[in-house]
Amino acid sequence: MKWHFENNRPIYSQILEQIRLGIISGEFSAGSRLPSVRELAAEASVNPNTMQKALSELEQSKIIYSQRTSGRFVTEDQSMIEQIKQEIAETKIKEFIQTMQELGISPDEVLKLIEKTAKEMIS
Amino acid sequence: MNPILQCSHLTKTFGTKRALDDINFTINPGRIVGLLGPNGSGKSTFIKTANGLLTPSDGSITICGFPVGIETKKRVAYLPDKNFLNDSLKISYYIDFFHDFYENFDRQKAREMLERLDIQPDSQLKILSKGTQEKVQLILVMSREADLYLLDEPIGGVDPAARDYILNTILSNYNESGSILISTHLISDIESILDDIIFIREGHIVLTSSVDDIREQNGKSVDALFREVFKC
Repeated sequence: MKWHFENNRPIYSQILEQIRLGIISGEFSAGSRLPSVRELAAEASVNPNTMQKALSELEQSKIIYSQRTSGRFVTEDQSMIEQIKQEIAETKIKEFIQTMQELGISPDEVLKLIEKTAKEMIS
Repeated sequence: MNPILQCSHLTKTFGTKRALDDINFTINPGRIVGLLGPNGSGKSTFIKTANGLLTPSDGSITICGFPVGIETKKRVAYLPDKNFLNDSLKISYYIDFFHDFYENFDRQKAREMLERLDIQPDSQLKILSKGTQEKVQLILVMSREADLYLLDEPIGGVDPAARDYILNTILSNYNESGSILISTHLISDIESILDDIIFIREGHIVLTSSVDDIREQNGKSVDALFREVFKC
């Protein structure tokens, strides 16, 4: 997993986002065991406390769960993963529409532009 | 939870200069703390005082509940900001030396870390580059199962790749129930591994905070905040 952190936001919340993306993209597949806190922290070059904080929040939202002796696992609940994917997509779209509004592009025009660009990218 | 390090009203004067002026703070177990300040702000003076190399003019420091002395030296692993090894001796000599001297020194761990860097334990220190010598010193210090690691400018004299190696070595080898205090002015390189920061200027503490709080409340990095606070 490639980690990238911006300097102006707490690192644990960025770890949280990146692990969620990793789960959605299948890099951490449903039901699989996550590496240990220490391994993940070393890989991301962050403090183990920070990694721990991010994992605890993910546990609270039930996207990962811990088993006392054998470590942490990604949820097997596909519908939950799908729901998080939808949430992230919605957030990204809202951000995008807001940027377009700042540029003075109306929603109708945005739709047309998206269609055109998507076609170009796929072909 | 008993603090690892506690200092109250700590003051150190050199003649009329107050190098440390009424310093109060606490380091709790399991934290990685950055002692950040410009050159001459009192960082090394503090670390030397915590190691018993300087005695306080006023106030006190306790480490794991003990006043600075034999009991604290057993528990503290110290990396000075200067070369502390005799470079005509071999690395293996120092491994034996540390092993004899410190109960909590893990010889095997030191050997493994050297091996990973392809450093031969039977080489004399003087044939190594400055950066490699610094890594050897860090390896000796981090091979101790200490309660407190006091690291004075651990990334000062090395290139960015070696910095990454050093930070990773610190992260993957410290005793997790202990704490680390790192002094540096190279903040952007180090802020992603810190829990808490202490800003120090002219012997005074100007800010103590968790890194997350700084980022959440100010929307900026520790580095950016430091530049603001210490603007010349």
